[in-house]
Amino acid sequence: MTFEAELHAAQGLGSAKSGLRHWLVQRITAALLIPLGVWFVLFFILLLTAPFDVAYGWLSSPWTASLSILFIISSFYHGYLGMQVIWEDYVSRETLKWALILGTKLLSIVAALLAIVSILKIFIS
Amino acid sequence: MIKAYKENRPLSPHLQIYKIQITSFLSILHRGTGIILYGGAFLWVIWVVALATGPENYTKIQAFLIHPFGLFILMGWSFSFFYHLCNGIRHLFWDLGVGYDMPTVRRTGWIVVISSIFLTGVSWTLGILAGEIFS
Repeated sequence: MTFEAELHAAQGLGSAKSGLRHWLVQRITAALLIPLGVWFVLFFILLLTAPFDVAYGWLSSPWTASLSILFIISSFYHGYLGMQVIWEDYVSRETLKWALILGTKLLSIVAALLAIVSILKIFIS
Repeated sequence: MIKAYKENRPLSPHLQIYKIQITSFLSILHRGTGIILYGGAFLWVIWVVALATGPENYTKIQAFLIHPFGLFILMGWSFSFFYHLCNGIRHLFWDLGVGYDMPTVRRTGWIVVISSIFLTGVSWTLGILAGEIFS
């Protein structure tokens, strides 16, 4: 048992010093996703009924491939940051919360990597 | 003393206590559409992996996407995108300290709703036109 009040223990510690980066990266990726997202969603809808060769040809251009990779990185980063806040807000059990946050992080990295490798494969072949 | 302090702490009222207003509804919708977009991103990953693995897998995923159920998902996903986009721009203006007074907040809220419905409509009109070219 400690005689120190919890308020006293927390006083003077300050913030975790990692919040600003989260805030800033969320805004940077948001700004990037304004043009990238519109371009991307529009082309996805247009290509929905496209035959294989047309869709494949679309990703064979260096511009499309590069912008798609940039889109994938910024959207999964932005999505991960948003999901992290949602877990933090609604899950109060510490262990579960951290498991969900780390799980989301891992899932985002794997999915983004899968998409990037596929884009590069289409681009190169 | 600490124990009594902990037990009597005031609780912040939960969401269902408040009357739903345009401001709170749009805020909840921003989170909701964000979750939908995160889920929808995996759909595109599946699509591009299928495209990379050959025509056979591509045709399979395409058949799913242009099936009425697939189209329903995609339309919900695209509306979520346009809503999150327009409301996100509204948030970026707030970050700059612009548009904080209540009449403006309500007005920009309605602008966001109308623009996102409009943009969803425009993109699917283009999608249908593209579909007629490919068929």
